[in-house]
Amino acid sequence: MKILKQRTNFDFMSVRKIAFAGSLALILLSIVMLVVRGLNFGLDFTGGTLIEVSFPGDADTELVRSNLQAAGLSDAVVQTFGAASDIVVRVPPRSEEESSAEISTLVLQALQTGVEGEVVMRRVEFVGPQVGDELAEQGILAVVYALIGIFLYVMIRFQWRFSAGAVAALVHDVIITMGIISLLQVEFDLTVVAALLAVIGYSLNDTIVVFDRIRENFPRLRKSSPYEVINKSLNETLARTVMTGLTTLLVLIALYIFGGEIIHAFAFTLIIGIVVGTYSSIYVASAALLVLGVSKFDLLQVEKEGASTAVNSQP
Amino acid sequence: MNQYPAWKYMLIGIVLLVGLVYALPNLFGKDPALQVTSARGFAIAANLATVIDDALVSEKIGFKDQEQVGNSLLYRFDTTADQIQAADVVKKAVGEQYVVALNLAHATPPWLRALGGKPMTLGLDLQGGVHFLMQVDMDTARGQQLDRFVDDLRASLRADSIRYVSVRREGNGLVAQLRSDEDRERALEIMRQDQSLQGLDVDVVEGGEYFALNATVQERQLLELQQTALKQNITTLRNRVNEIGVAEPVIQQQGADRVVVQLPGVQDTVQAKKIIGATATLEYRAVDEANDAFTAAQTGRVPPESRLYEDMNGQPVLLKKRLIVSGDQLIGASSGFDQQTGQPQVSVTLDGVGAKRMLDFTRDNVGNRMAVVYIEQKAGGKKTEEVISVAVVREPFGKRFQTTGLDSMSEASQLALLLRAGALAAPMEIVEERTVGPSLGKDNVEQGFKSVVIGFVLVLVFMALYYRVFGLVADLALFANLFLLIALLSMLGATLTMPGIAGIVLTVGMAVDANVLIFERIREELRSGNTPQASIRAGYDKAFSTIADANITTLIAAFVLFLFGTGPIKGFAVTLSLGIVTSMFTAIMGTRAVVNLIYGGRKRVAKLAI
Repeated sequence: MKILKQRTNFDFMSVRKIAFAGSLALILLSIVMLVVRGLNFGLDFTGGTLIEVSFPGDADTELVRSNLQAAGLSDAVVQTFGAASDIVVRVPPRSEEESSAEISTLVLQALQTGVEGEVVMRRVEFVGPQVGDELAEQGILAVVYALIGIFLYVMIRFQWRFSAGAVAALVHDVIITMGIISLLQVEFDLTVVAALLAVIGYSLNDTIVVFDRIRENFPRLRKSSPYEVINKSLNETLARTVMTGLTTLLVLIALYIFGGEIIHAFAFTLIIGIVVGTYSSIYVASAALLVLGVSKFDLLQVEKEGASTAVNSQP
Repeated sequence: MNQYPAWKYMLIGIVLLVGLVYALPNLFGKDPALQVTSARGFAIAANLATVIDDALVSEKIGFKDQEQVGNSLLYRFDTTADQIQAADVVKKAVGEQYVVALNLAHATPPWLRALGGKPMTLGLDLQGGVHFLMQVDMDTARGQQLDRFVDDLRASLRADSIRYVSVRREGNGLVAQLRSDEDRERALEIMRQDQSLQGLDVDVVEGGEYFALNATVQERQLLELQQTALKQNITTLRNRVNEIGVAEPVIQQQGADRVVVQLPGVQDTVQAKKIIGATATLEYRAVDEANDAFTAAQTGRVPPESRLYEDMNGQPVLLKKRLIVSGDQLIGASSGFDQQTGQPQVSVTLDGVGAKRMLDFTRDNVGNRMAVVYIEQKAGGKKTEEVISVAVVREPFGKRFQTTGLDSMSEASQLALLLRAGALAAPMEIVEERTVGPSLGKDNVEQGFKSVVIGFVLVLVFMALYYRVFGLVADLALFANLFLLIALLSMLGATLTMPGIAGIVLTVGMAVDANVLIFERIREELRSGNTPQASIRAGYDKAFSTIADANITTLIAAFVLFLFGTGPIKGFAVTLSLGIVTSMFTAIMGTRAVVNLIYGGRKRVAKLAI
C-alpha cells in the first residue's frame, strides 16, 4: 500500500510567498481573536469551585438553577456535561473566607432538594485565587523555557538560521492553535497547556526531520541552489511526514471520541496542533531558511564537528 | 550479512523478559484487606501478629496471607464478608492503641512481590479520592508566637516582682512600659537571660511618658518558627489521616508554606475535610468565683486577672486568665458515654507536667468550678472560643478524667480524634481541592483503557497494511514498547493518571515515527537500486541521527513540562519521556533484531515485503 506515488516532486517553495501571507494572516487573526474574544479560562486559572454531579434520571437544569438560587448561590453557572444526567456547577471565587468544603456541601445539598433518589457527587474541584495566578504564570514560563531550550539545542546541532526557522514555526503553531481554541471557546485548563507543549514537541520533531535531510542534502547536491535542495528534501521526507501525522491523528481521534469528557480539550488541542505543526514545518520552518538566506556554507562548520559524531556525512 | 552479535539478541531478550515480569503485577486485581497501624505512629508490638492470628483463628475466619509493611500489618482476605467480619474481631483484639482500616491490597502473587513487582498506583482521578493543597497561615503562627512572648515576659516580670505599666504586642514586635529606669534595667536583664525569651532584638526607647523597651523578633527566629510550624502541622496531619484509616495517603511539603494531602479511595469527603482542616483544641481554666459574670458582661468591667467567655447558650462566663492545662499536654483521649447521665463524653489522659498542674489545682480548689474551653482557630487569625462545660471539682484528680458537655456522640468522637492526633501549630487553609467520586474514577479507567486499545489497534492495522512484513515487525515493537513502558512505570512506583494515559496514547502514536523513518529510508534505498540487504543496513544507519535529534528535542519539551507542571501534568511528562526512551530501544534495536532474524541469514533476498 502506498499513499504517495514513488517519488514526489512537488515545488513546495514556489508558493512560499502565498503561504507566508496566509500564515501571517492567520497569526494576526488569532491574535485579534485572543485579544477580542479571549480564552475560555478553566477553573485552573480563574479559581473557584466546580462540582460535577450525576442525577438518577435526566437532570432538570431549571430546578437546579432555582435550587441554587434559593441556597444563595445565584452566581453559580450550571451546564450539562456529557450524559443528560450529568451536570457541572461552577461557582466563581469568593472573597470571603468561606471554604471550599462549605461551598461544595452547600451545592450538593441544594441539588438534592426535590430529587428522588441519590444525587451522586462525581467530582469537586476547588482552586484558590492565589493558586490560579501561579498556575498561569507557570504555564507561560513553561512555554517560554521550552522554546529557549529548543533554540539552543538546534543551534548547537545545526545553525542559528535553523534555530530561528524552528522557533518561528513553533511560535506560529502555538499562536494559531490558541487562536482556534479561542474561536471555538474550548475550555483552557492545565491539560490544554500540556497539549500545547506536546504540540511544540511534535511540530519540532517534524521540523527536525526535514532539517536533517536538508543538512544531509546540501553537501551531496553541490550544484543545486538552496531552493532546489529544500524542495528536494521536503519531497524526500514527505511520505514520512504524512505517515507519522496520520498514525498520530488516528490515536488522537480515538482519544477524542472514546477518552471521555475530561480529555476532550486535550485531544482537540493536539489534533489542531498536529495539523498546524505539519504545515508549519514545511511552510514556516523550511521557507524561513530560504528567507534567511541559508547556503551550503552555513553547514560546513557544523559538518566538520558532526562528522565524528552521529551525523551521516557523505565522504 | 545483516546479523547481530549474539549478545545483542541476549540483551534484547533479557530486557523484554524483565519488562514482562514487572508489567505482570498489573494484571492481578485487588484483595480485600485489613491494615493495622499503631495509633500514634509508634512501632508495632512484636507479638501483635500472634495476637491477631489467634483472634482470627478462634473466630474461624480464614485469611490469605499476612505481611508487615513498614509500621503496619496487612491481612488479605478472600471475600469482603470475611474482611468486614475480621475488622470487628481484630479491633477488639488489638484495642485502642491500634487503628484498623479496611483496605484494598493488590493481589500480586508472593513470588512476584519477592522480586519487587508491584502494580502501578492509580491516581486519584482513576480510583477516586481527595487531593488537597493546604497553605499554612503563617501570619497567625507569628501572632501566636508574639502572644506567647508577651505572656512569658509578663510572667517573668511578675516572678521577679517588677511592676510594669503594660506589656503588649505592637505590629511585629512587643512593647514593655516600666515605671523606672532601674526596673527597665532589670527587665532588660531578664529578657537577655530568660530561656523562653530568646530570639528577640531589644531596644531601649528614650523619652516618652514611661521607661519603655521595644523588642522585635529576629528574622532567623521567624524562619525557624515557620519551619517548625510546618513540620508540626505535617506530623499532626499524618496522625489524623492515620486515625481516619486511609490506605496509601500522601502528605508532603510543597514549597515554603504548603502541604499536599492526598487520600485515595476516601468517600466521605466532607468529613475528611472537617477532620483535616480542624484546629480544635481544649483548655482547662478556673472559674473566677469572686466576681459575677453577668455584671462584668453588662458593665464591660472585667477584672484584670480574668477574661469573659461565652458558653454554648451565649451566657457569659468569667474565667481566670491563668491556664491550668492546655491541649498540647494531652497524651490520650477516647470517647464514650457518661455512665450516670448517659451523655457523650471524652476521657482524657494528661502528660506528667499536665497531670501535676491539674492535681495542684484541684487539690486547692475542691468545691470550686472548673471550665473547659473549646477553641477553634480559623484562617486569617479568627478564633472561636466557647465554654463547653463548667463543673464543680468534687475531689482532687490528676492524670485521667472526663470532660462532658458535648452535643453528640459524633462530636465527642471527633474531638477525641483531634485531641489524640495533636493540634495544628498554625491554622491551615485549603487553597486547592480536587475530589473525584468513585463512579467517575471507574468511568475514567474504562474510557482511558478503551481509547488506548482502540488507538493502538488502529495503528497496528494501519502499519501492517502499509508496510506489510516490516509493518508487522513494527507492530511487535509497539507491543514490546507498551509493556516495557508499563513495567518501567510500575517499577518507578509512578502514579497512573488520566493525563498519564494520554501520554501513553500519544507515545504509541509517536513511537511508530522511528519505524516510519527507517522504513521510508529503506524504500528510498531500494528505489535507488541498492540490494535489499544493503538497503536495510543503510536505512537503519541513516535514519538513526534523525531519530535521535527528533527525540531529544521532544525530550526537552517533556523535561520542561516536568519542571513546571504540577500533579497530573507531571504524570503526562513522565510517561511521555519514558515512552520516548523505550520506543527508541524497541523501534530501533528491537525491529532490527527481528528484521535480521527474518532476512539477515539469507544469502539472497530477491524482494523485501515493505
